[in-house]
Amino acid sequence: MFYREAGNFKTSYRDDGQTFPIKLDRMGYYVILGVAAMVVPFVINDYWASAVLLPFLIYAIAAIGLNILTGYAGQVSLGTGGFMAVGAYSVYKLMTAFPDLSILIHVLLAGGITAMVGIAFGLPSLRIKGFYLAVATLAAQFFLVWLFNKVPWFYNYSASGQITAPERTVLGWAVTGPAASPAAKYLVCLAFVIFAAWVARNLTRGMIGRKWMAIRDMDIAAEIIGVNPLTAKLSAFGVSSFFVGIAGALLFAVYLGAAEVGEAFGINKSFLVLFMVIIGGLGSIFGSFAGAAFLVLLPVFLKNVLVGVLGWPTDLAAHIELMIVGALIIFFLIVEPHGLARLWQLVKEKLRLWPFPH
Amino acid sequence: MKMKLAALAAGTMMAAAPAMADLIVPNLSYRTGAYGAGGTQYADGFNDYFTLLNERDGGIGGEMIQVPECETAYNTEKGVECYESTKEGALVFNPLSTGITYQLIPKVSVDQKVLYTPGYGRTSAKNGQVFEWVFNAPANYWDGASVAIKYLLDENGGDLNGKKIALVYHNSAYGKEPIRTLTELGEKHGFELTEIPVEAPGQEQKSQWLQIRRDQPDYVLMWGWGVMNQVAIQEAANIRFPMENFIGIWWTGSEIDVMPAGAASNGYKAVTFNGVGTDYPIYEDLQTHVIEPGLASQGGEHIGSAVYSRGMYAAVVIAEAIRKAQELAGTSAIDAPQLREGFENLNMTQERLAEIGLPDFGPAFELSCSNHGGNGKARIQQWDAEAQQWTLITDFTEPDSEILEPLIEADSTAFAEENGITPKDC
Repeated sequence: MFYREAGNFKTSYRDDGQTFPIKLDRMGYYVILGVAAMVVPFVINDYWASAVLLPFLIYAIAAIGLNILTGYAGQVSLGTGGFMAVGAYSVYKLMTAFPDLSILIHVLLAGGITAMVGIAFGLPSLRIKGFYLAVATLAAQFFLVWLFNKVPWFYNYSASGQITAPERTVLGWAVTGPAASPAAKYLVCLAFVIFAAWVARNLTRGMIGRKWMAIRDMDIAAEIIGVNPLTAKLSAFGVSSFFVGIAGALLFAVYLGAAEVGEAFGINKSFLVLFMVIIGGLGSIFGSFAGAAFLVLLPVFLKNVLVGVLGWPTDLAAHIELMIVGALIIFFLIVEPHGLARLWQLVKEKLRLWPFPH
Repeated sequence: MKMKLAALAAGTMMAAAPAMADLIVPNLSYRTGAYGAGGTQYADGFNDYFTLLNERDGGIGGEMIQVPECETAYNTEKGVECYESTKEGALVFNPLSTGITYQLIPKVSVDQKVLYTPGYGRTSAKNGQVFEWVFNAPANYWDGASVAIKYLLDENGGDLNGKKIALVYHNSAYGKEPIRTLTELGEKHGFELTEIPVEAPGQEQKSQWLQIRRDQPDYVLMWGWGVMNQVAIQEAANIRFPMENFIGIWWTGSEIDVMPAGAASNGYKAVTFNGVGTDYPIYEDLQTHVIEPGLASQGGEHIGSAVYSRGMYAAVVIAEAIRKAQELAGTSAIDAPQLREGFENLNMTQERLAEIGLPDFGPAFELSCSNHGGNGKARIQQWDAEAQQWTLITDFTEPDSEILEPLIEADSTAFAEENGITPKDC
C-alpha cells in the first residue's frame, strides 16, 4: 500500500545496484534533498540553525567518518574527539595564515591534514586489534588534546588558549564569525554533509568498501584472498579521519565560533560519536544520520518539552533528560542490537509487503 | 519520526517564548555536571535578588524582571543552545563560564546584547573601546592575580625576591588567564612562578601535589572550579602544606570547597570581591519577601554562602545598570543598547550599596565608555574552620595597574586586529 511497486522493473545491473532501488524511496530522497536545500534555508532562524540543524549535520559527518572506520572496517576508535580537534586547529591555523583562500578549501585541507594524522595513529592497528586498538586510539585522543593545550603555536599564542574563528565568506556571504546568517551556515554544512554521504556511500559499495568489510569480517581470510591489510586498514583510517576532520573544522568554525580543546574535543566527544554510530547502526550511512539525530535532537526536544511546556526546574529537567536518553539507548539496543538503521530496514520490509504479509 | 519531532519541538518553542512586556534577564545557569555545586549557588543568588525586587518594589522602575533560566551544564554547545533560545528580547547575559563567554563575545556585538561577566571571562574585555558590549566589572582574573601578589608583598614586607610561587590551575581558558600577568609580576618582583595544570574536572591531583611537595614553593595560588577545589585543598592538607600560604581566586573560595577537608582547611585564603554571610540588612527584606513566602530559588538552602553572594552581587550590578539606563533613556521599558549606556555610566558607590542594604559588600567602582572593568579592587578572605565561616582579612586593594594596563592594551588590540574591529574613540 505504502510502497507501490507494480511496474517497477529493473532491466540493467546498474538499475539493480543503485542506492535507492525502490522508486518511492528514491523520490522520497529527492524530496528530502529538495526541501533541505531549497525550502529550509528560507525558513531557518538562529535558534533552529545553532541549536538543532548545525549540530545535527556536523555530527552526521563525524558519525559517517567513524562509521567507515568502526562500522565498515571493524576498527574500534576512541580517538574521534582528538581527530576532530586536529580538524578544528588545522582550519584555524589555515584561516589565520591564509585569509584570502576560500574557507571551503580550508575545511577540505583540514580534512586532509586530519587524514594524515589519522593514518599515523592507525599504524598500530596492523599489530593490535579489538579492545587493544581502542586503547591505542584512546592514547591518540589524550595526546592530541594535550598537544593543542600545550603548544601555544596552535592557538596563535592567545592568552587563554581559546581559538576564535574570524569572519570568512563564501561568494560574499559570511559563513563563519558572528555576522554569518543562519541560512549561510546551514547551507555550507549541508553541502559538506551531502558530499560526505555521497562519497562514503560510493566508497563503501565499491572495491575499497568490500576490502574494508572483508577485513572487518575476518582479517586472516581477507588476507588469504588477496586483501592487503596495510592499505585496507590505513585507507579506512585515512578516509574516516578525513570526514571526522571536516566535522571538527565545521564544528569549530561554523557552529561554535570559538573553542577550547579540552572542553570541545574531550573524551566525551569520542564517546558521543561512537554512541551515535552504535545506536544508529554499524555499517550504515543512514544509521549515521539516525544516530546523530537521536543524540543531538532528542536532548534538545526533551529540554523544550520539560522546561518549556511542563515548566519544570531546569536542573530536574536536565537530570530526567539524561535518564530518558539513557533508558532509550538501552531500550533500542535491546529491541534491535543492530541499531536504528536495522529497525528502519525491518519496518520498510514490512511496509513493502503490507497488507499482504504472506 | 523526524518530521513529527521537528513539528513538536517547534510547537514547544512557541509555547516557551516569554511575554514581551517585562525586562528579560536570562540566567544561563548550570545546576548539573562537574561544576553544578557552584553553579547552583550562583544561580540561586542571582534569581533571589530579582525575585526580591519584583516582590518588594514591583520590579525596577515599575517594570517586572523576568529571569528565564536555562541549563548549560558548563558545556559550550548547550550554552549556544541556551543563548539562542533566550536571546529574544533579552537585555543581558551572565553565563558564569569563561568558555561560553569567549563564544558569546563575538555574538553579542552582532545581536546587540550586553554580556556581563563579573570576575570571569575575557580579561581584556575591560577595554570598552574594543569590547563594546562586554563588561567585566568589578574585577577580573588579572586583577585577582595582582591583588593576591600584592597581599603576599605586604606579608613579606614588600619583597618577594627569590620566593617560589606555584600556580595550580584548571587547564582551560579560565585557568590559563592569570599566567601572563603572574609571569610579568614575577619579573617585576623577582619571584619564580611554577605552572601546574590540572586536567578538568580535576578529581585526580596526586602528581601535581607530589610536585609541590618536592619543589616546596613558598606560596600556592589556585585557579580552580568545581570538584577540583575540594580535591586540591584535601591534597594540600595531605602533604601538610601550610594553609595560610595557599590562596585561591574567588571561584576557589566557597564553603563547599573547604568543608570536605574539615579542620585541616583552617586558614585557607581566597581573593574575593564581594562580602559573604547573612549579616547584611538586605537579608531581612529577603526573609520577608522571598524566603517566607516560599519564593526562594530552589528552596533557598545556600543563602549567604560565598558563591550565592557573588550571584546576588552580579544581580545587584545588573539591576543598578538597568536603573541607570532607565534614568538616561527616560523610559522604564529599556532595550539592550540602552542598558549598555546604563552600564557605561554606572557609578557604584558605597553609599548606594548601603542604600540597597549591602554596605561594604563590594568595591566602589565607576565605568565609562573606555573602562568596562572598574578599578579591579578585591580583598582577601580567610576560612575559619571552627566557626565554619569566611572572615574578610584585608580591605579592598587596588591591583597593580602599571603591569595590567599594557597587558590589557596588547590583548585587546590583538583581538581587534584579528576580528577587524576599529577601536571606538572615547
